[in-house]
Parts: sequence; structure tokens; C-alpha cells
Amino acid sequence: MTVDWSNFTPWISLAGGGMIGLAAAMLLLFNGRIAGISGIVGGLLNPVKGELAWRSAFIGGLVASPLVFGLAAPLPEVRIEAGYPMLIVAGLLVGIGTRYGSGCTSGHGICGLSRRSPRSVVATIAFMFSGFVTVYIVRHLIG
Amino acid sequence: MKMLMALLAGLLFGLGLILSGMTDPSKVLGFLDLAGNWDPSLALVMGGALLVGSLVFGVALKRPTSILGDAMRLPTATKIDRRLVLGSLTFGVGWGLAGYCPGPALASLAQGGAKPFVFFIAMLAGMALFEVLERAQSGTVSRNA
Repeated sequence: MTVDWSNFTPWISLAGGGMIGLAAAMLLLFNGRIAGISGIVGGLLNPVKGELAWRSAFIGGLVASPLVFGLAAPLPEVRIEAGYPMLIVAGLLVGIGTRYGSGCTSGHGICGLSRRSPRSVVATIAFMFSGFVTVYIVRHLIG
Repeated sequence: MKMLMALLAGLLFGLGLILSGMTDPSKVLGFLDLAGNWDPSLALVMGGALLVGSLVFGVALKRPTSILGDAMRLPTATKIDRRLVLGSLTFGVGWGLAGYCPGPALASLAQGGAKPFVFFIAMLAGMALFEVLERAQSGTVSRNA
């Protein structure tokens, strides 16, 4: 392993992470809800009365964020290495996996770990592990 | 008011993702590539989020209701079962293939470009497939964060 110092952005990532933590804390404090993106989106596919409004509002804010960010500063560069077939397979796996696993990087990795949930610790270790293995296979064994 | 706070929380969440570089799949893959030229940034994003999250969650979880009067709706499951582990492993494979997880995918939709959109539609299809399979199996649907 070598550390990619040229791309490593410790302070800005720490600050952005703090904003994400604050956002999750806001949703819990004001709305009493866990900011798990996969759960919030997944809940729209099986709508329950009284659940639609806050979910749509949260997603609306998230989707609008690059427009607001762009008003203040240039958006960071986005580099998408995956081609379309790969994106489709990845999207399907992320969609079904997060619903079966009851959460993703936000719900388990941030909210779950913040409230010391043992289920979220296990989930976070599991998706980090398979993420590491997948990239190893794609980049170093196949690629 | 509830909708406004949810909107602001979503907005702040997205701004944090963009600022920290997490809407760039290549940067996320740089973190997942332990054997290559490793970019530890994502660990610090989680560190920053957990630092703030742990502090405020500690206070919030002691409250009987939210500030706006809603019940605190927290996941009630405690069992570490096969669904949790296999689901999370599956998610990680998808995450490693494209470098997108659900949050950054949503925060990338309005940036333009077809690729985040294609990923998002596939993700919705995966979630819809879960709903269909769940309903076929039991007629009830689990709903957690």
C-alpha cells in the first residue's frame, strides 16, 4: 500500500464529514428520523401516509445541493470510471443490498455508528470489506 | 416547518458530500483501493461525521420526542442476521464496482451527465425488486433506516 498524498484531502474531508454529521443530527433532533439515504428513498417505493412529505423534502434538498454549492464555489471534478453496463449492475446491487441490509454508508456508517448500534458495526464492516475486495479484484486481478 | 427542516438537512448533507469529495466516484474508489495508491480521505469524512454525530446523537437520543414534536423513530431491530450481513456484502460489491453509494448518487443527479442518472435508475430498480420479493414472500415489508 502507498498513500496517495496528492489526492488526499484531510481537512476538507473532515469538514465535509462534519457537515454530514450535523445534517444527520438535525434530521434526528428536529424530525426524529434517521438520515439513512437508502431507507429514505426505499420508503418512497412503498409509500405510507404521513411519510411522503419529509422524505421528499430531504431528497429534494440532497438533489438540489450541487446547484446551491455551485453558487458559492466551483463544483469539484467528477470522474466516473465505470461504463454503462457496470453502472447498471452496480446500481442494482446497491439498491437490493442496501434494502436487505437495512442501510448504507449513511444509515449504518454514520447514524448507526453514532448511536453505537451493533448491527450497524457489523453492516459497516461487511460493506467496507466487500468494497475493498471488489476493487482489488477489478483493479488488480482482472484489470 | 418539518418539511423545511428535512429539506435543510438534505441540503446540508449534500453540501457536505460535495465538499468532502464524495460525489467523485474516482475518489471513493481511491479509498477502496487498499492495494493501489490509497486515498484515506473517506475515512476522515466518516471520522468528521461520527465526531459531530456522536455528540449530537448522545443528546438527541435522550429526548422523548423531536424538537418539532415527532416521535423519535429509531430502528428497533437488534438481531445480527443473515439478511443484514448478506445485504451489506452485496451493497459493498456494488459500491466497489462504481464508486457510488446512495447519498452521493442523489447528490450527483443535478450535476448533469447521464451516468449518475443511469446508476440511480438501476438503484431504484434494485430497491423495487426488493419490495416485490418481500411482498411475494410474506405480504409484509420491513422498513428500517
